[in-house]
Amino acid sequence: MLDGFSAETLARVQFAFTVSFHIIFPAFSIGLASFLAVLNALYLKTRDETYLTLFTYWKKIFAVAFGMGVVSGIVMSYQFGTNWSVFSDRAGPIVGPLMAYEVLSAFFLEAGFLGIMLFGRERVGEKLHMFATAMVAFGTLMSATWILSVNSWMQTPAGYSINDVGQFVPEDWWQIVFNPSFPYRLVHMVLAAFLTTSLVVGAVGALHLLRDKTDREARRMFSMAMWMAAIVTPLQIFAGDLHGLNTLEHQPAKVMAMEGHYESHPHGAPLILFGIPNPEERRIDYAIEIPYASSLILRHQWDAPLDGLDTIPDDEEPPVAIVFFSFRVMVGLGFAMLGLGMWSLWARWKGTIFTSPRLHRAAILMGPSGFVAVLAGWITTEVGRQPYTVYGMLRTSESLAPVDAPAVAASLIAFIVVYFAVFGAGTFYILRMMNKRPATPKLGLRDGPIRTAGITPAPQIDTDFIPRA
Amino acid sequence: MLFDLAFIWAGLIAFAVMTYVILDGFDLGIGILFPFAKSEADRDLMMNSVAPVWDGNETWLVLGGGGLFAVFPLAYAVIMPALYIPITVMLLALVFRGVSFEYRWRVQNKGVWDIAFFGGSFLAALCQGIALGALVQGIEVTDRAYSGGWFDWLSPFSILTGVAVVIGYALLGATWIVLKTENDIQVQMRKWSWWLGAATLVLIGIISIVTPLLDPVYFDRWFNLPGSLWTMVVPLLMLGLIWKFFTGLNDQRDLQPFLCALGFFVVSFIGIGVSFYPMMVPPTLTIWDVAAPDSSLAFALVGAVILIPIILAYTAYAYWVFRGKMDPSEGYH
Ligand code: HDD
Ligand code: HEM
Ligand code: HEM
Repeated sequence: MLDGFSAETLARVQFAFTVSFHIIFPAFSIGLASFLAVLNALYLKTRDETYLTLFTYWKKIFAVAFGMGVVSGIVMSYQFGTNWSVFSDRAGPIVGPLMAYEVLSAFFLEAGFLGIMLFGRERVGEKLHMFATAMVAFGTLMSATWILSVNSWMQTPAGYSINDVGQFVPEDWWQIVFNPSFPYRLVHMVLAAFLTTSLVVGAVGALHLLRDKTDREARRMFSMAMWMAAIVTPLQIFAGDLHGLNTLEHQPAKVMAMEGHYESHPHGAPLILFGIPNPEERRIDYAIEIPYASSLILRHQWDAPLDGLDTIPDDEEPPVAIVFFSFRVMVGLGFAMLGLGMWSLWARWKGTIFTSPRLHRAAILMGPSGFVAVLAGWITTEVGRQPYTVYGMLRTSESLAPVDAPAVAASLIAFIVVYFAVFGAGTFYILRMMNKRPATPKLGLRDGPIRTAGITPAPQIDTDFIPRA
Repeated sequence: MLFDLAFIWAGLIAFAVMTYVILDGFDLGIGILFPFAKSEADRDLMMNSVAPVWDGNETWLVLGGGGLFAVFPLAYAVIMPALYIPITVMLLALVFRGVSFEYRWRVQNKGVWDIAFFGGSFLAALCQGIALGALVQGIEVTDRAYSGGWFDWLSPFSILTGVAVVIGYALLGATWIVLKTENDIQVQMRKWSWWLGAATLVLIGIISIVTPLLDPVYFDRWFNLPGSLWTMVVPLLMLGLIWKFFTGLNDQRDLQPFLCALGFFVVSFIGIGVSFYPMMVPPTLTIWDVAAPDSSLAFALVGAVILIPIILAYTAYAYWVFRGKMDPSEGYH
């Protein structure tokens, strides 16, 4: 089925496929772990049962998402060796210890306290349970920090030398960990995770508000989520802008591809809002442009010169079309999120935030947009740094393991089938849980008393609903 | 260098792998025993006995792999492609069993995820055993890369080690359930522990006899005076454990059989260590050939020395929190 593809292409597709699936879960579990810690803390502080109900509700959803994150992550940590063994040998002395720190300082922390967070409230008491919940949240953030340091080092390598067998050898760990693109990428990704989660929480809140405007939990979560969206989106756009400026400094070819600048513009470059890259003719067809705007954004001067891809040797150029489109998807969604955030502020001020079905529908529509933006952002970042794995130093084609195409093809097909089946099922279960209102005891199904007898019929949509005493 | 960092790290990686085997061993073992439980309630109990800790157990596997990548990158770069198929199958199997913990409670009919839990646990154990056997047999290396074929890992010996690990994990699972439960299921698993224990010991015996014959170097390490006086400690320890294991089962003790079963694994592990040392990737690469530069080893060691004791402390705490017999009336979280 996959004959005719080289082992390299197949290995790349396999890595891209598995990591893209993986990142979907962290993007959600990083944000949700912090949200749970906040909910639990608010409950302990105010003793308002609404927070506890919300905590229990999102905890169950978190458990499923986290499980998927763990198993897809374990696959990632072995894939460097199975598919990219030359990369592992060369870059291992630098990348490896950072990942070891991630395991030691983050994965164990999350995993060790997860059990107590999920099962232990009665056993350890509220204080320790709160501590465990906070540790899980902290662990997810630590994990993001280390892995983004790794990834950033691959994008903007620093603090190393090369030994006689061609390995990257650490010279200065400080420079390695805090390499030039790391702070930007960390901030941008953590904000992305928070945004993604708040959009999901907002969509679930909106769904239940559409069904019942008085649902206490739905109101509370919708309001919390919309505050997050309104505050974090502008920060994220600002962070993204800084990130882009940093990329311009260290990986100019990537920015040229993002901007679609095939040609250099000595007297100020236009901002191409939209168009269709034409790699043969090396131009953007049907371009809609704002003159000089690109120079203004990237150089803060309207007529500053900007180099284009014509200054880059052909064999060092990233694939333009993918980067160009994925960047626009991310930025476009970023502005759509900004729109939602501002609308919610307006509705809040007018007092219609819990009653405006239009706002609620829009929030539901935007529910998945964080995941799409995260994927689009990573695709921009990763495809834009091709053809290198360690930027400027080690080419992707030289990183490959001595693998045969048929073996990679077979495992790729296995990954595709298994991931779609297993994570498809998990997504379905999560959606089904989200479709129940938070006050549903144990979210229905198998894990508890399903229905107490003799109770007045609950609203039609929610068969497991039991009114509050 | 004051310390031999590569040597210290070899010890730490060995420790991580061993901790993985004894922790995830009983956890996978429960999956392997799953279809043999007599009722759905028993299965719920079995699974709940590991649900709060399985993720932590599996993290030792990530440390084993990630640690190898960090400090012995060349070993990682050679072993992973050599074991491409068993490793990939193991990862996919772990996907299935990992998600089953939660999925099982989210459906009306648990059947599908019961099978996934069993199949995933079984295959993961089998692949781990096969990978071990293939490593003991040796890996072909030229120019810092694997140079063997796609199916070098498959041999009668690796299948033997694969089966041994499945049976051994099932033994760990059975004795864990003896420890964590009461009544019918405990009686059943006590009986099973007896048979599984006997089978594990027979398989360990066969492997111990075959391994020194595989390679004259292994033979030398075991049967060469005066070194072999030391190596004789290994079988002696084993005899003591066997005695305690069976008397523990007969006297209906809860903890003793489990500890002895763990002991079987620890002692076998030391045995493998005797055969291997100082090789990392037999037959050609030693610990020092594959080690990362000292600057990497030292940097990672700082973290390991500080964090591993902390990890052990809170892991022990988590086990302590969920100590004692399972309460069948307690639902899922
Ligand atoms: C920005 C965040 C981020 C990124 C870019 C990645 N991960 Fe991840 N990973 C996490 C954030 C995360 C997390 C939030 O910490 C997870 C998700 C769910 C979980 O259990 O932890 C996780 C889980 C997770 C696990 C399971 C940990 C456990 O057993 O508890 C492993 C082994 C990896 N990841 C490995 C990787 C590798 C090798 C990556 C790169 C290719 C990678 N992750 C990208
Ligand atoms: C988690 C979010 C991430 C996503 C969605 C992502 C996505 C991608 C994609 C789409 C490619 C393929 C590019 C191409 O071949 O044209 C790629 C390549 C690559 N990425 Fe990432 N990546 C992520 C994180 C990381 C991290 C954290 C690392 C390192 C630790 C990493 C290491 C690599 C390597 C080594 C390649 C080169 C192999 C290849 O070209 O496929 N990635 N990634
Ligand atoms: C609208 C304004 C935004 C701008 C100007 C922006 C800018 C950027 C730039 C320039 C990069 C590439 C960095 C590089 O590798 O060199 C990037 C990557 C990324 N973006 Fe955005 N972004 C925006 C919005 C968003 C939103 C809303 C999300 C998600 C919710 C998001 C998620 C990501 C992710 C996950 C990456 C890859 C990781 C990284 O490099 O940080 N971005 N962004």
